[in-house]
Amino acid sequence: MAEAAWAAIHLQNITKSFPGVLANDRVSLALRSGEVHALLGENGAGKTTLMNILYGLYRADAGEIWVKGRKVNIRSPRHALSLGIGMVHQHFKLVLPHTVAENVALGLSGTPFWAPTRAVARRLGDLSDRYGLPVDPDRRVWDLSAGEQQRVEILKALIRGAEVLVLDEPTSVLTPHEVGELLKVLGRMKAEGHAIVFISHKLDEVLEAADWVTVMRRGQVVGTVRAEETDKAALARMMVGREVVFRLTKKACTPGEAALVAEDLHVRSDRGSLALKGISLALCRGEILGVAGVAGNGQRELVEVLTGLRRAERGRVQVLGQDLTRASARRLSDSGVAHIPEERIRMGIVPGLSVEENLILKRHHRPPFCRGGILRLAAARRFAGQAIEEYRIQTPSARTPAKLLSGGNIQKLILARELSGSPALVIAAHPTYGLDVGATEQIRELLLRQRDAGAGILLVSEDLEEIMELADRIAVLFRGEIMGVVPAGEASLEEIGLMMAGERRAAAAAGGGR
Amino acid sequence: MDWTSWLVGTVSRALAFGVPLLWGTLGEIYAERSGIVNLGVEGMMILGAYAGFAVAQTYGHPGWGLLAAAAVGMVAALWHAFLTVTLRANQYVSGLALTLFGLGLAGLLGRGWEGRPLRAPLGSLAVPVLGDLPVLGPMLFRDQTVLTYLGIVAALVLWIVLFRTRWGIVVRSVGESPATADAVGIHVGLVRYLCVAVGGLLAGVGGGYLSVAYRPSWTEGMTAGMGWIVIALTIFASWNPLRAIWGAFFFGALYHLSFRLQAYVSPELLKMMPYAFAILVLAVSGFGGARRRGGAPGALGLPYVRGER
Repeated sequence: MAEAAWAAIHLQNITKSFPGVLANDRVSLALRSGEVHALLGENGAGKTTLMNILYGLYRADAGEIWVKGRKVNIRSPRHALSLGIGMVHQHFKLVLPHTVAENVALGLSGTPFWAPTRAVARRLGDLSDRYGLPVDPDRRVWDLSAGEQQRVEILKALIRGAEVLVLDEPTSVLTPHEVGELLKVLGRMKAEGHAIVFISHKLDEVLEAADWVTVMRRGQVVGTVRAEETDKAALARMMVGREVVFRLTKKACTPGEAALVAEDLHVRSDRGSLALKGISLALCRGEILGVAGVAGNGQRELVEVLTGLRRAERGRVQVLGQDLTRASARRLSDSGVAHIPEERIRMGIVPGLSVEENLILKRHHRPPFCRGGILRLAAARRFAGQAIEEYRIQTPSARTPAKLLSGGNIQKLILARELSGSPALVIAAHPTYGLDVGATEQIRELLLRQRDAGAGILLVSEDLEEIMELADRIAVLFRGEIMGVVPAGEASLEEIGLMMAGERRAAAAAGGGR
Repeated sequence: MDWTSWLVGTVSRALAFGVPLLWGTLGEIYAERSGIVNLGVEGMMILGAYAGFAVAQTYGHPGWGLLAAAAVGMVAALWHAFLTVTLRANQYVSGLALTLFGLGLAGLLGRGWEGRPLRAPLGSLAVPVLGDLPVLGPMLFRDQTVLTYLGIVAALVLWIVLFRTRWGIVVRSVGESPATADAVGIHVGLVRYLCVAVGGLLAGVGGGYLSVAYRPSWTEGMTAGMGWIVIALTIFASWNPLRAIWGAFFFGALYHLSFRLQAYVSPELLKMMPYAFAILVLAVSGFGGARRRGGAPGALGLPYVRGER
């Protein structure tokens, strides 16, 4: 590789629009070698679009890109790589059933035709040592943790000679400990002269990792500042455009009767392995139990088994004292279980149906919405009108197809449907994922209000801050087992981080805390 | 009854009957490994059978016939690739259309050729030395055409290419996760075109074998559902060329037995046997999430559009 100062990239007045959205509006950015440049902004601010343009996945409508003093027109990811630009996407681009070496060898020029993985494994060893990124080239990627998969992605970029590395939300899948490891790797890369773009919406880690911070909002650059000359409040103001309150007001919880008792749950994943290995949980009415953990440690299976979408191999589920193990989704829903699903468009709504039809989906087969097999549209319309007003769903009309709503409004629609009829138990999976600050605040308030009205809420989230803020107790999942349950007031971020990495909390210590 | 000669005859015929299945399955494995289901195997095989017969008859040499069969199979497959890769049409509909089209066209063109024996068929190859072995000689090395051995060699080569070369990683990655391949600069569409074309070529040879070597003559509909057995065999073989070898010869044995056992069991039941077995294979592989563990490519049947996840 060449000497320092090779990585100088200037993006000038990049503009890109998608149907109905101006994703990038005259955005300019300068990257230098040996520096970490954070790109900060809410979801939908245009950070990823900008980087996808730099990586050749999208073409800009207007604007110029200069690499090392030369104006370039980046046509494809391959072209970007040949210019020394690499990218690690938020959703990793890995072939899961293949080995690490096969993934790295894919499309890599300079590998031999025969037995390419052997040659790649050798080169990987050198790079791993140099940057502190240990991986086993013969392991299959689907056996790796998210942190290890990320290492593979970084190695893929480095082995292709990436001088500039774009990391899109790199910490969203990591435990706090793994985040620390990643920052160390970034330090080594800086020392080697790489330029790094660090996309994030988390203020703390941006301040920790970056030399420069560029804040984006609604497709435009709000400003670029040196990390050491700014602070969290100032960045938040730039990001959101107004003062941000970092704390919700939350009353103390008053737990009532048991809403959910799960005992010894064994559940298989789609791949057939045990995703939950004998989990027991108890949740009372009027409390929020947060389930923390790195993605893929059994959260999805837990949510699905509790909402009737997956069968328990073994174990029992009781809702309000009633045994509902292996009950159907409709039976559970009729028994007072609400489900706020992880994938809101795929599982939460029927995109082509109207807002009002989506609002009555759960109860369309029962009075007052249905009599003698015939839908009562007037009743549906009345209900929809109330729900739209009460939950502040922004929609042109009740008959607009739900798919035309923004993410935040779709989520409000789902909450309006699920929370109507005051459920005893709410299973909420990543309820604010990908929403802007305003919608996030509103969703969180709605959940707290539901808790105060006497619902038990199981909150599954990868956002630790959200769990710390909302939950009354926190359970941590690791490889299908619960590492411990701690009261939210006593939990420290470090302690939860350790449990997320697989350290079991001694049962005796529960309640000791602090 | 003389059991030795019965066994020799059965194995020898099972091999001969398994050859078109093997070639077809190898082709389908390549197409599906790149993510494209091609239900047009039956159509490509029958077109190959017709073209092989017509050309071999006209030019008086089986080699030209087989080349023509391969070329016609490939052209038919390219049509499927154009529809499913370039136009992103539904792969199942396009494949079914190809089968119906192939059967119809071959039937139409083949009218004048019906019922005539081929003047230059592909003969059996007596392997020197090995052919003189007792039992094994007549069983394996005397009554086979060169396509039996070439098929096995092809399976070995295709396995090595798929699992031990750079090109194999590319093909498998395109079938598992085209977005990943795209992100490192691989032309997903081109890879799929090539794999589907190679698949058609191999299916064409399989069809040509029927009319140039096995029969050797032309009859309308002479592939008799073999293309569908190939689809089942592809799953049965877990998309692995080596497993396709014994899968194909096992089904070849079933076919052959359905003739041999007619003296004892009703022929209608026997004729069902290979197909019933194919259904059984599909049912068994459907249980217990075998789709994933059995090695079906992750993006099988899905058109690739950049920017979608």
